[in-house]
Amino acid sequence: MLGSEWMSRLASNDPKDEVMESMTGTVGLPESRPQEKARPDSAGGTEPLLKLRGVSKHFGAVQALYMVDLDLPAGQVTALCGDNGAGKSVLTKCIAGIHPPETGEMHWEGRLVHIRTPRDAAHLGIETVYQDLALADNLDIVQNMFLGRERLSGGVFLNEDDMERAAATTLASLKVTTVRSIRQPVATLSGGQRQAVAVAKAVMWNSKLVILDEPTAALGVAQTKMVQDLVRRLKDHGLAVMIISHNLNDVFAVADRIAVLYLGRMVAQDSISAFDRQNVVDYMTTGESSRSASGRRA
Amino acid sequence: MTDSQAASDPTLAVTAAAAELPPELEAQSLGQYFRAWLVRVRSGDAGVLPVVAALVLVLVAFSFLNPRFLIPYNLVNLFEQSAVFIVLAMAEGFVLLLGEIDLSVGYVAAIGGAVAAILVQPAYNCPWWLAVGAALGLCAAIGALQGTIITQLRLPSFVVTLAGYLSWYGLLLLFLGNSGQAPLNSDRIDGQVFIHGIVGSSSDPTMTWIGLVVVVVIFGAVLWLRDSGRRRSGLVAPPVGLTVLKILLIALAGFAVVYICNMDRSFSANPVVGMPWVIPLVIVVLLMWTVLLEQTWYGRHVYAVGGNPEAARRAGISVSRVRIIAFTLCSLTAGLGGILYASWLGAMTTNINGGQYVLYAVAAAVIGGTSLFGGRGRALHGLLGGLVIGAINNGMFMLGFQLQWQLIATGLVLLAAVTIDALSRRSATSGVLTHA
Ligand SMILES: Nc1ncnc2c1ncn2[C@@H]1O[C@H](COP(=O)(O)OP(=O)(O)OP(=O)(O)O)[C@@H](O)[C@H]1O
Ligand SMILES: [Mg+2]
Repeated sequence: MLGSEWMSRLASNDPKDEVMESMTGTVGLPESRPQEKARPDSAGGTEPLLKLRGVSKHFGAVQALYMVDLDLPAGQVTALCGDNGAGKSVLTKCIAGIHPPETGEMHWEGRLVHIRTPRDAAHLGIETVYQDLALADNLDIVQNMFLGRERLSGGVFLNEDDMERAAATTLASLKVTTVRSIRQPVATLSGGQRQAVAVAKAVMWNSKLVILDEPTAALGVAQTKMVQDLVRRLKDHGLAVMIISHNLNDVFAVADRIAVLYLGRMVAQDSISAFDRQNVVDYMTTGESSRSASGRRA
Repeated sequence: MTDSQAASDPTLAVTAAAAELPPELEAQSLGQYFRAWLVRVRSGDAGVLPVVAALVLVLVAFSFLNPRFLIPYNLVNLFEQSAVFIVLAMAEGFVLLLGEIDLSVGYVAAIGGAVAAILVQPAYNCPWWLAVGAALGLCAAIGALQGTIITQLRLPSFVVTLAGYLSWYGLLLLFLGNSGQAPLNSDRIDGQVFIHGIVGSSSDPTMTWIGLVVVVVIFGAVLWLRDSGRRRSGLVAPPVGLTVLKILLIALAGFAVVYICNMDRSFSANPVVGMPWVIPLVIVVLLMWTVLLEQTWYGRHVYAVGGNPEAARRAGISVSRVRIIAFTLCSLTAGLGGILYASWLGAMTTNINGGQYVLYAVAAAVIGGTSLFGGRGRALHGLLGGLVIGAINNGMFMLGFQLQWQLIATGLVLLAAVTIDALSRRSATSGVLTHA
């Protein structure tokens, strides 16, 4: 039971969650995941979990990404900001293997990798919550959460009982309690519930990098806070997280680093202390900022 | 998260009590189940109830209009005639689930029937299993070819299978040659006896009763063990009442069919009794395709591709592979339908109206509850829709209506089914839109 094991680790930060876990029947005290110590690189800094260099992607005449560099260090939350159409979702899809970039390199744990399909990304340990959620409306919550990675018995037959239990545990630890039945088709869920299911689907796997493309856009106050807490727990467990949000409150609440895309170019990328709200807005809307929060420019 | 927050926020307060499973997970009564069912209906999935109601209505109406409609001879005849519609509808179901269509099933079926029939002619004298195997193999290859063209060249299935419709008709004419037919009525050639006997001969009445008991016991035990096991471990399961109801309904339907088949249906002194082999054969196909679609990873991926191909792709599913396999299974099943057609006719001829059969296949699947828009449908829908079409054709024939009226009636039923399909889909979609 990979998923629930993982969820119990996630829940380990919150004492109340431990009670909940034991009540839902997940056995054993959550072991803490060994903190992944990032390796020092030649420059004396740390080698990020995922490093993009010179990534470009175009659709016909539209240059969606141009020579983008991006570092996603383990144990940190990187917020990706940018105006509508800046290329945030395209960058997400490049990393997730949906739109492999035309040029540029990706380094995973210091090693050059080619992510050509969603399966490649999943094998490396990259999970993505897409902006459009990518759920099949005709399938129920459990079926969606395990889509493409069904648990089987005998190599062919679906192990529904196992999947349902794991899905229920994950949803419970995310406090998704408003759904009427875990077996209802996703088409019958509200926008916020759908988003919660998509988030649950991504964090159920033992991943190393979680990308959230506007995960809180349709969520209520309590669920938004849930996602923020979840993001913090993911990072505390040594995962790299990339979160895309138009809500700067969200960004400043959880991010350790900020990267700003402007018309497909990476115009700023630094630790959060280098930014304040005003210059993030400047970068997003004009691609540059005359003022700087702490005198540093990316 | 602090306790004061939990107290001020109702959503959190509920959770804090303990992450208990939602009430539906432990639905105990038929009433609760009914409410969950209503949720499904609102999402555009009304289940099989409407078509079962339609079937009962059709049967009752025809038996009032013509008392001879319900005599054993005619009812068994009705099953036999419907078998081809049922199997072709199950075939078409595979591609309808993907939101595609296969217009070639009628003539692919004809190819299947023709190859099987030709191979048991004196010139070849193949054993039945070789003839049937070769026919099904060729049909599967045809399906794989069409599926590969559709996915690799990214052509609409409508057009590719329309090309198939013409080509396979041409191939049928080539195969059957100048005589235009391959008879199956020799009782000296084993292969012909076997193929003709699928529809033409019947099982022993006593053995049929024993078979029924065995099937109902196995089915009941599997269903009961599964549902009660899931109930015990707190998973979503139908209430006890529903499980019992399902088992009873299956037993009742099985009893009725066996009882009818075991009544003498001859018009002479020599009694004709027993169940035509085609009935258990159709049930086996129904079970196989139901298990494939609802219990295996492949079936799950079919529904996913039909519901949201992009989501399926992002989940790492090979969408083209799912599509090619579906077209292959569609043609394979169609080939079986063609063999049943040849068996029923006692020959394979070039007179088969493949164009009409494909329309009946789509109609039967849709009448049964399969969506034309993909993502929703079951093998059972083919069975129910096929029976409705068979009953309409048979009943109107008995009332002396000519083919033209049968066509018009079937057309109206199809129109009603498609309307229901589109309306339920529209309400489901608009529901999502208001949320988003
Ligand atoms: N599949 C596609 N085909 C063609 N053009 C695309 C495709 N996907 C994205 N684009 C284009 O790439 C550009 C960047 O789009 P992207 O979706 O990444 O924006 P975004 O930063 O995510 O914006 P938003 O904040 O609105 O989500 C846009 O001009 C868009 O039109
Ligand atoms: Mg976007």
